[in-house]
Amino acid sequence: MSLRRLVAAALIPLALLASACGGGDGESFDDDSLVIYSGRNKNLVGPLLDKLKTATGLDVQVRYGDSAELAAQILEEGADTRADLFFSQDAGALGALGKHQALAPVAPEALAKVPAEYRGSDGTWVGVSGRSRVIVYDPRTVTVPPKSVFELTDPKWRGQVGWAPTNASFQSFVTAMRVVSGEDKARQWLEAMKANGAQTFSNNVNILDAVDGGKLRLGLINHYYWYEKVAEKGQGGVPSRLAYLPGGDPGALVNVAGVGVLKGSKHAAAAHKAVDFLLGTEAQKFFADTTKEYPLVSGVAIAPGLPPFDSLKGPQVDLSKLDSIEQTIALLQDVGLI
Amino acid sequence: MAIRQISAGTATRRTPAGTAARRIPAGLLAPAGVTAALALLPVGYLLVRAGEGGVGGVTGTLLRTRTAELALRSLGLAAVVTALCVAIGISLAWLVVRSDLPGRRVFGVLAALPLAVPSYVAAYTWVAATDIEGFAGSVLVLTLCSYPYVYLPVAAALSRMDPATEEVALSLGRGRLGVVLRQLRPSAAAGALLVAMYVLAEFGAVAIMRFDVFTTQIYTSYRAGFNRTPAAVLGLLLVLVTLLIVAAESRTRGRAAYAMRGAPARRPPVIRLGGAARAGALAWCAALAGLAVGFPLVSICYWLADGSSAGVDATVLAEAVAATLGVAAAGALLTTALAVPVGVVAARYRGRTAAFLEQSTYVGHSLPGIVMALSLVFFAVRYVPAIYQRWPLLVIAYAVLFMPAAVGAVRASVLQSPPVLEEVARSLGRSPLRALREVTLPLALPGVLAGAALVFLTAMKELPATLLLRPTGVETLATELWTQTGSGAYGAAAPYAALLMLLAAVPGFVLGRRSLKEVS
Repeated sequence: MSLRRLVAAALIPLALLASACGGGDGESFDDDSLVIYSGRNKNLVGPLLDKLKTATGLDVQVRYGDSAELAAQILEEGADTRADLFFSQDAGALGALGKHQALAPVAPEALAKVPAEYRGSDGTWVGVSGRSRVIVYDPRTVTVPPKSVFELTDPKWRGQVGWAPTNASFQSFVTAMRVVSGEDKARQWLEAMKANGAQTFSNNVNILDAVDGGKLRLGLINHYYWYEKVAEKGQGGVPSRLAYLPGGDPGALVNVAGVGVLKGSKHAAAAHKAVDFLLGTEAQKFFADTTKEYPLVSGVAIAPGLPPFDSLKGPQVDLSKLDSIEQTIALLQDVGLI
Repeated sequence: MAIRQISAGTATRRTPAGTAARRIPAGLLAPAGVTAALALLPVGYLLVRAGEGGVGGVTGTLLRTRTAELALRSLGLAAVVTALCVAIGISLAWLVVRSDLPGRRVFGVLAALPLAVPSYVAAYTWVAATDIEGFAGSVLVLTLCSYPYVYLPVAAALSRMDPATEEVALSLGRGRLGVVLRQLRPSAAAGALLVAMYVLAEFGAVAIMRFDVFTTQIYTSYRAGFNRTPAAVLGLLLVLVTLLIVAAESRTRGRAAYAMRGAPARRPPVIRLGGAARAGALAWCAALAGLAVGFPLVSICYWLADGSSAGVDATVLAEAVAATLGVAAAGALLTTALAVPVGVVAARYRGRTAAFLEQSTYVGHSLPGIVMALSLVFFAVRYVPAIYQRWPLLVIAYAVLFMPAAVGAVRASVLQSPPVLEEVARSLGRSPLRALREVTLPLALPGVLAGAALVFLTAMKELPATLLLRPTGVETLATELWTQTGSGAYGAAAPYAALLMLLAAVPGFVLGRRSLKEVS
């Protein structure tokens, strides 16, 4: 092939690329769009976010990614961030952005819709849906599931418990344990779990798969992963069951997914309208019925099959304290888990 | 410091014909300098972020026991995977190129196809179907996904090898194998370097295998602590380790420059395999192809059959295909264009500048995708906001990440075109650059294109940098696959995984065929 023909051939994909850049909607940064960075999966919240155009009056562009990576991206972008709204999988990433002064205050009326324990204490973010920590167990090998995470250090569960120390929800749970049971007890529990051969996984989905595959008897996860899997595989394809822990156990912590408006947003009014929409009845119903989470605004019914929200006996924790994540990280590092 | 040492070493060594320590012409130095500057951008970012932590933050991260423990784990994993890839790559190349193994042309193509399997897909399929995990699982998956990096250059070198050298050795009473292996050292080392760097920077597959390594800690600092100083310090450490490995490879190559000559006058003799050896060799080749390519393919078919989310929106799929092909092709083009000046310098010039230019291009490849991507976020937002979250930035990211494969391809193919031709052109009054353009580059073109095909294929599978840098609202096959598997929708993920592997298999097939060019 001659050089000239090569150059000609090379120009074809470049031309394609140029046309791809020029045309098509949603493919380029548009000053007139509301930009959402979503740490929640497109499959789960995409249909809901699609409705935001009507609610806010602006075109909506959603950038999907991992909550923590998107938070890191927002921090690198600084004041020039392209994000108007950050929709996080967990409170920790929102708390970190709040602490770095990246978030603007949420309107007081919006904050007031959600119980105080499910929003940022500085008023920069608000929870939109709740999820409970649970123990997933394999009923083929476990007849009586544990009633507290503190039972998991029992030698009978040696090597049989899966956890995900790098996962944000797990870390919130450890923070809750620190707040409720004290630093010493939390450290002792982590060390005892490690000594008891707890199996480390990178995320909740992998733990659930291991329990269903008979490789593990117990796992510490968020409740909705199980419901998602049942939706995908059918009840018959998911042998595991969930145990909701009673009596204020830290293993029953209710965590939230939430949103914050970026300080650097050029569409602040629309972003606040989006927050209102996510706290409105339609969106709250969506979280209840489609993602099988707990609506945080009163008056919306939960999905059938879930234990009632007020029956969840989570620990009494101020969720805003959960953004004191640094100490938890330090503790996990100290114990040698991350 | 590492760079200075090697370059000093190389300068004193006897250099092959045509690589005298001449000055690099400005027309070559300037574009090569641009490439090096681009490749070094992430280091600038890491220094800024590491500096914010102060001396305490830096030493605090470095002195943690876990840092040392994880660094050793990463190095151990890289060493084992690299050794296995070298053994597999050489054995396959030898059987395909030099033996009378039945169906060796088919096996030759199959040996390149694992490149089309994303390591995170392979890891997931193994974990889902078997009990394998941890160190063994990571070794298995990374070896199966990366042995083609050794197979391809070694097969090419074997088919170029002059049988005369072996005959001389045999006549002197030395074994054939020793001579062959010695001559293969530079090509095997070049492949081994790519494998080692790939393993050190890998995160997705080892995370699925539940084996914590050095990159795990980098990801954890971002994901959990929102503290960018430890991640930056660890990233710099990774760069340093990689440069040491690059230096070691460069020494191997420097001493063994004799292997880089033109095509042999005649083909080496075909080795006849006996009955048992033939059966064993067949089983070996078939097992490797089955494990590396067959197994993930079958698993994906199972996802399709098993999940209720199966079914795909054709428009979304078509858009993802177009985006993937477009950006990967542009990435391959830019990477190759940037790699040509550096590759030529590396092949034709010696000295500190040449060594620095070449080795700087390895930096981006040594970092996990997220670190490299955040560094481009940092620079683009501040200095070139017009391209931030647009295609050009993602294309640049691919160039920074995948430069070493392209530079290596350019260097190897320029080395094969005899410098004497260039010198004749110059004696006829051509300027050095014009001689290069009119004589050497056309001869090197097929090799350069093979490098571009390798970059194209790798860019199609890239995930972490694509997630952070793609235009908002755009999905590639890899990001769609991430979305579907992230919500447990394996049935819906299957078409994306299958299509990604199918499309990546096309350049893989071309590369495999090329390795067989001189096999009759």
